[in-house]
Amino acid sequence: MDSGAGESSAADDYESLMSTTDAELLKSAWRNEKAAPEILKYDAGLVQRSRQQIQLMEEMMDEFNQNGVDPLTVSLYQMDLDRTMFLLRSYLRTRLQKIEKYIFHIQKTAEQWNRLSKQEQKFATRCAGDLKHHLEQSALSKLPDQYQSHLRQSAASEDDDMVPEPHLDAYVVCRSKKYLGAFQLDDGGEEPIDIEADDLYALPYKSIKPLVESGQIDLV
Amino acid sequence: MAGTSDPHGSAFSAAELEFLAEDEMIEIVPNLRMDPLNFISGDFGPFRPQIAAQAPLWLAVALKKRGKCTIRAPEWMSVDKLSQVLEAERDSEKFQPLPFHYVEISRLLFDHARDDIPDIYMVRSLIEDIKDVRFHKIGKGLEIISKERTYALRLKNLSAMEANIVRPFVTRALETFYKLGSSDMIQETDHAPNRQPQATNRGPRRQLKDR
Repeated sequence: MDSGAGESSAADDYESLMSTTDAELLKSAWRNEKAAPEILKYDAGLVQRSRQQIQLMEEMMDEFNQNGVDPLTVSLYQMDLDRTMFLLRSYLRTRLQKIEKYIFHIQKTAEQWNRLSKQEQKFATRCAGDLKHHLEQSALSKLPDQYQSHLRQSAASEDDDMVPEPHLDAYVVCRSKKYLGAFQLDDGGEEPIDIEADDLYALPYKSIKPLVESGQIDLV
Repeated sequence: MAGTSDPHGSAFSAAELEFLAEDEMIEIVPNLRMDPLNFISGDFGPFRPQIAAQAPLWLAVALKKRGKCTIRAPEWMSVDKLSQVLEAERDSEKFQPLPFHYVEISRLLFDHARDDIPDIYMVRSLIEDIKDVRFHKIGKGLEIISKERTYALRLKNLSAMEANIVRPFVTRALETFYKLGSSDMIQETDHAPNRQPQATNRGPRRQLKDR
């Protein structure tokens, strides 16, 4: 899958990791989450660090105000704080929207369920309960017995065919920070494509999923 | 929520793209003295009067609005450079390299730093022309997708805003080709050639596959 990626030495990776600030990481986590069709792994460490930074900055602002630091400087710090808070909020909110949308799918797939944070799992459980209750009350309970499941069209269905699932075949627009070499789309048969640094590509999400998860490629 | 029928349409709004563009660095000439700013998004400054410094666009615009600096238009935003780009853009099939956020950056500067951009009217109309030529090319490029079997698309030098605009169409078109080209679909069409309505629809699509 990652032929050619071996060329970049571990030292390079380490260096690029160290030079990437949390602000950058949060931005790409937000972008990826917005552009990916399915819910991605919750970045607990990043969210926690961002929250700490926000809190620290808020305390600093209080100090500034008490010490009579020039209002212009204070307002600039406030703008920076607002920008970070926007990113964090939008990141979390985008995830909640996805959870609401694919709730039953996420709930029954352990691998997806584990991508959620504790709080998100709590939200998901309540949301699924409420939605099920609502569907049953407003329609399902009035249908004949074999049509009462909120997951299946009828008792005769072989699997849960009324559960909306994320569309992994969807194409995404992505960009790599460095040259990734020849990349084989997953179904074989096709010519591998060269992924150059900083160029945009439209590729099926399914086939670049591992690269998104490992942070080698960014969705834009 | 007009776009809900297409769960994977434009991923970003214009405002969100502008937000991202505001993190691009630009040169400013401050007219005040300010200690280094240690932001969450990075460390900037110190600023000294009349000494050029780098700042993210949002900071530059904030200072500019308060009359605390002038913004130096980036090099690519000169009449010379833009004329070259426009000419090359017209002569070539390819997209010329421009900053990823050129549309948003120029827009922000036109809105907030009019007096800092030399030949603003000329610059503005050049950028408009470049945008038009590029959009025309995008349209032509999309025709190619429909002629050849395409599984992956390289959008070399396409900017953020351009990519975001073509995204809904391009991603769905590619996805449809991908589906039609997959082996399940071919088997299905072979097994069921007699279903009248679909058969007529599928005729041309199968040709695509054969190429």
